[in-house]
Amino acid sequence: MSNIILNTTELPHLLTLLILLPVVGVAVMAFFKDETAIKHVAFWTAALEFLLSVPLYLWFEPQRSQMQFGEVAEWITTPPVRYALGIDGISLWLILLTTLLTPICIVASWTAIKTRVREFMIAMLVMETTMVGVFCALDFVLFYVFWETMLIPMYLLIGVWGGPNRIYAAIKFFLYTLAGSFLLLIAVIVLFFQGGHTFDILALSQAHYGQTMQAWLFWTFFAAFAVKVPMFPFHTWLPDAHVEAPTAGSVILASVLLKMGAYGFLRFSLPIVPDAAQRFTPIILTLSVVAIIYGAYMALAQADLKKLIAYSSVSHMGFVTLGIFVFNAQGVEGALLQMLNHGITTGGLFLCVGLIYERTHSRLIADNGGLSKPMPRYAACLVIFALSSLGLPGTNNFIGEFLVLVGTFLQSKTIAVIATLGIILAAVYLLWMVQRVAFGVPSPKTAKLPDLNWCEMATLVPLVILVFWIGVFPNLFLAPMHESVAHLFDTMARGQQSMPTAVGLLSGAGMTAP
Amino acid sequence: MFDLVVILIPVFPLLTVMANGLNVMLGHRFSDEVAHRLAWGSVFASFLCSLWVFVQILSDPAPHTVVAYRWFFGGDLQVNLGFLIDPLTCVMLLVVTGVGFLIHVYSVGYMHGEEGFARFFTYMNLFMVSMLLLVMGSNYVVLFIGWEGVGLCSYLLIGYYYDRVSAAQAATKAFVVNRIGDAGFLLAIFLVFATFGTLDYTDVFAQASRLDSGTATAIAICLLIGAIGKSAQLPLYTWLPDAMEGPTPVSALIHAATMVTAGVYMVVRNHAIYDMAPDALLLVGVIGAATALFAATIGLVQTDIKRVLAYSTVSQLGFMFLACGVGAYIAAIFHLVTHAFFKALLFLSAGSVIHALSGEQDIRKMGGLKDRIPVTHWVFLIGTAAIAGFPFMSGWWSKDEILGHAFVHGRYILWLLGAIAAFCTSFYMSRLLYITFYGESRVPHEAEPHIHESPQVMLIPLVVLAVLSVIGGLIGVIPGGMENGAFHQFLKPIVLSTGAGGEEAHDVHLLPYMLMVATTLIGVAGWFTAHYFYYLRPAVPVQFAEQMRGAYMLLLNKYWVDELYQKLFVEPSKSLGRALDRFDTVVFDGAVVGVWKATEMGAAGSTWFEKYVIYGSLNVIGYGNHLAARLLRQLQSGLVHHYATILIAGFVILVNLIVLFLWVGGGS
Repeated sequence: MSNIILNTTELPHLLTLLILLPVVGVAVMAFFKDETAIKHVAFWTAALEFLLSVPLYLWFEPQRSQMQFGEVAEWITTPPVRYALGIDGISLWLILLTTLLTPICIVASWTAIKTRVREFMIAMLVMETTMVGVFCALDFVLFYVFWETMLIPMYLLIGVWGGPNRIYAAIKFFLYTLAGSFLLLIAVIVLFFQGGHTFDILALSQAHYGQTMQAWLFWTFFAAFAVKVPMFPFHTWLPDAHVEAPTAGSVILASVLLKMGAYGFLRFSLPIVPDAAQRFTPIILTLSVVAIIYGAYMALAQADLKKLIAYSSVSHMGFVTLGIFVFNAQGVEGALLQMLNHGITTGGLFLCVGLIYERTHSRLIADNGGLSKPMPRYAACLVIFALSSLGLPGTNNFIGEFLVLVGTFLQSKTIAVIATLGIILAAVYLLWMVQRVAFGVPSPKTAKLPDLNWCEMATLVPLVILVFWIGVFPNLFLAPMHESVAHLFDTMARGQQSMPTAVGLLSGAGMTAP
Repeated sequence: MFDLVVILIPVFPLLTVMANGLNVMLGHRFSDEVAHRLAWGSVFASFLCSLWVFVQILSDPAPHTVVAYRWFFGGDLQVNLGFLIDPLTCVMLLVVTGVGFLIHVYSVGYMHGEEGFARFFTYMNLFMVSMLLLVMGSNYVVLFIGWEGVGLCSYLLIGYYYDRVSAAQAATKAFVVNRIGDAGFLLAIFLVFATFGTLDYTDVFAQASRLDSGTATAIAICLLIGAIGKSAQLPLYTWLPDAMEGPTPVSALIHAATMVTAGVYMVVRNHAIYDMAPDALLLVGVIGAATALFAATIGLVQTDIKRVLAYSTVSQLGFMFLACGVGAYIAAIFHLVTHAFFKALLFLSAGSVIHALSGEQDIRKMGGLKDRIPVTHWVFLIGTAAIAGFPFMSGWWSKDEILGHAFVHGRYILWLLGAIAAFCTSFYMSRLLYITFYGESRVPHEAEPHIHESPQVMLIPLVVLAVLSVIGGLIGVIPGGMENGAFHQFLKPIVLSTGAGGEEAHDVHLLPYMLMVATTLIGVAGWFTAHYFYYLRPAVPVQFAEQMRGAYMLLLNKYWVDELYQKLFVEPSKSLGRALDRFDTVVFDGAVVGVWKATEMGAAGSTWFEKYVIYGSLNVIGYGNHLAARLLRQLQSGLVHHYATILIAGFVILVNLIVLFLWVGGGS
C-alpha cells in the first residue's frame, strides 16, 4: 500500500497496542475488589497509554503525507473488510488529546464518583479504546464499529452517573447520534458498491463519483457528522448531555467526541465527495457562522455554568467547521489546531466547573460568587481558561481562530466579518461569567471553601501549560499538519479536469501548488 | 549583540512575570521586598537596553529587523515573532521603559502594605512585556499580541480590587469595549494580508504607495476602529473613566502614559496607508477634535480627582488624533511624549493626594492642602501648568504645534474645536488645582490629623517627572528652533520614508508665531476664568450651576452616554440571548420531544395493533411470540451492570476476532 507507511519503529503494532491497552486495563481490574485499587489500575493504565502515545509525535515524520504507523491485516474476506490502521497529521493530535485527557478525567473522578466505581472506570477505559480506534481506523467497517461502540459507554456515563435529569439527556444524546450513525451506515454501504467494492477509506478517497451520487453521500455524511459537532440546528442534545453528565463525561464529550464530527468531515466528506463539498459550501459556512453567533448569545443567557460552556462549545465548533469548509491551508490547519485547542480549553473549563460543583453542589453562577478570595488558585486557572477560550493572543485559541479567520477572509469577507463579531461576544459571555464567579464579594456559603489541593491542581496544570505552549510555540503543533493538509487538497483536486467549476474554489490562496 | 539586546528588552520583565507569578501561585515563597525589587529591577534593565539601542539607532537610523523565532505559519501566511527597531520604536521604548520605571518605583511606596502586593507587580511587569511587544513588533500580529496583552493587563489591574463589584464591572467593560476595537483591528490585519500577501511592516509599507484608495480607506478605517477602542476616542471612550477603579499607579502607567497612546502609535506606524486614504485621515482628525472637546467639557464639572484626569486624558488623546488627522505625525508623537510626562506626573501626584487623605478621591472633601503636602502641591502645580499650556512648559510646545498644524493645513474648524478644548483644559485643570490645594480645608475632621506627605520613594519619581514636564518640550525646539528640534530630526526618516507625506510642504514663518500667541492667550484665559471662579469668587460656580441647570446636569451625567449604551447595546444583547434561549427550548427541543412523543404514540399504536389485531387473528403463533418476548425481556433488565456485561462480552468477542485476524493476517 503506497498510501500507508507500515510501522517500522521499535514499538511494533503501536496503534493496536494503544487500542487494546485500555481493555487490558479493564481485564486487570477484574483481579481487584478494592475501589482504590481499581482507581489506581484505571489511572496507571491511562497514564501508560499516554506515555505510549507520545512516540507517535516523536516518531511522526511531518514531511510525509502518507498514513504512518500503518498496520494492515485481512479481517473478513468477502466482503473485503480489513483491519487497517494508520495516522496522519489530521489524526495525530486528536489521539494525543484523547490519551492525555483520559488519565486527567480519571483523576478528576477520584472523589467525585462514589457509586459503581468499577463500572465507571470500565466505561472510561472502553471509551478510550473506541476513541483511539476511531482516529486510527482506515477501513470503513472498522471505523464504523468503533464509532458506534463509542456511544454505549458515553450513554452509560450520562445515564448512570449523571444528574437528576440524566435519563432524558442520555436518551436524547443516544437517539440523536444514533440517527446520524444509521445514515452513516447507509453511506458506507453505498460507497462500497460505488467506490469499487472496497471499504478502504484511502481507496474510496481516490475513486470518482457522479455529481448526484456525491450530493446524496454528502448529505448523509453531513447528518452523521453535523450531529456530532454539533452544528446548528442539531445542537440541542449537547447542553442537556453536558449538564447531566458527570465531570469526566463532560470533558470527554466536549474535548474528544465533538471532534469526531469535524474529523469525519475532514476524513470523509472532503476527500471522498469533494465536488459536493464545494457545491454546498455556502450552506455549511452559513450554518457555521450562525452557530458562532447563536451559540454565543445562548451562552450569554445561561445561569448554569455547564450550559454556558456547552453553548460556548457550539460557538467554538462553529469556527472549526468554518475553517474546514473554506478549503485553504490557513482555514483547515486553523480548524485542526482549533479542534485540539477546544479540547484543551473547554476540557479545562469543564474540570473547573466540576471542582466547584464538588464543593458547593451547585453549578449556578449565582451560587458561586467571589471565589478569588477563598480559592485564588482556582480563580487563576478559571481566568486562564476563560482568556484562552476568548482567544487572547499568547494562548492557544488565538492561533487557531486567527488562522481560521484569515482563511475565511480569503474565501468570503462577509462571513469573516460576522465571525469576527463572534470573538467580541466570546469576550462578553466569558468575562461576564468570570466577573460573577471569580470576582466580587464571596457569599457566606463560598467564603470558607478550601482552595485546590495538589491532586486537583494536577488535573488542571497540564492543560494550563498546553494553553501557553501552543500559544507561544504553535509551529511545533502545526508542523505535522502541513503535508497532510496539502495531501488532502490534492485528493480533493483529483476530479478537477472533469469538473471545471471546482477549479475556481480550489485555486484560492493557500492552496499548495501541485 | 544588537539582536540580543533588542530581544532582552521584553525578556527581562517576562522573566520577572514568571518568577513573581509562580511565587504568588505557590503561596509566597519569597517576600514582597524581593518581589518589588525584581519588578522594578527588570524594568530598569529594559530601560538601559533601550537606551543602548537608542544610541545605536542615533548613529544608524535605518530600520533594523530582529527575528526572535518563527512563530506560526499556515499556507503562504508566515508570521515571525520579530521586532522592528527604528527611530519611532526607540522613542516609544524610552517612554515606556523610562516612565514605566518611575511608576514602578512610585508603586513600591503607594502599594506598600496592600494585600496582593506581589500580584500587583506581576501584572505591572506583564503589562510592560505586552506594551514592549506592541511598540517593537515587526508585523501586525506581534503588534496585536501586545495590543490584546495590554488590554488584558488593563483588565486585570482595573479589577485589582476584585472584591469591589464596581471594579469588577469596570474591568469587564474595559475589556469588552476594547474587544470591539480589536475586532476592527483584526479585520484590518486580514485585509492587509488579503491585499499584500504578507503581514510584515517593511513589505507592506514598501507596497503601500500602490494601494488604490478604496482598499486603503477600508484598511485605514478598520485600523482606526482598533485605535479608537484602545485610545478611548469617541464613541468607544466610555471604558476609560471607569478604569479609574484601578490603583492610581495603574491609571498613570496604563490609562495615561502608555497603553492608551497605542492607538496613536498605531496610526503613525501605518501612516503610509493613511497617506493613501485622505478620507480616512480626515476622519481621524474629526474624531480626534470632537473627542478633545467632548471629553474636556465633561471634565469641567467632575468631582472625582481621578475622573477629571481621566477625561483630560481622553481629551489629550483627541489632540494626538487631531495631529495625525492633519498629517502632523511627528507632532502627534511629540505630544504623546510630553503627555506621558505630565499626565503620569498628574496621576501620580493625585495618587499622593489620595494617599495623604487615606483613600479620599472626592475633591469636595479636599481643599487647602497646599501647605500640608507641599511637595505634592508643587509637582501638581507644574503638571497643571504643563497640560494647560503655560508658556515654555512641555505641553505648551506640543499642543501648540498640533493646533498650528491644524490651522496651517486649512482645517479651521478642527483648529477651532481644538482651541476651545484647550481653553476648557486650562480651565478644568486650574479648577482642580484650586479646589484641591487652595481655599478652606473641607477635609472631614476625623481625617484631618492623618494628612501626611508621601514617602521619598514616591516623591523622587514625582520630582523627576516634574523636571521632565518642564523641560521635556525642549527636545522639540533645541537646537533648530520650532519643528527643527532634535526630536523632529530624529523622527523625520520615519515619516518621510514613503515620500507621500506633505509634512514640510509649507514654509510659513510668521503664522506659527501668531498662532502660538493665540493659543497661549487661550490657555491663560482658561486659567484666569478658573482663578476667578474658584479662587476669587468661590460662590459664583454654584450660582452658575443653578442658573444653567440643564447644561450642568448634562455635563455632570456625562451626556448620559453610558445609560444610552446600556439601553442600546447591553440590554438588547442580554434580551436577545434570553429570547434565543426560549426559542431554542420551544422550537428545537420541542421538535425533538415532538418526534419522541410521536414515536411513543406510534409504538403504543402498533402495540395495540399487534395485541388486538395480529394476536387476535394469529393466536396460535402469538403464543409462541409471547414466549420469545419473555425471554428477550430478561435481557432488558434495566440494570446497568447487565448492560455493561453485554457490552463487555460483545467487545471481548470483537477484540478476540481482531486479534485472531491479526494473527492470521500478520504473516502477510
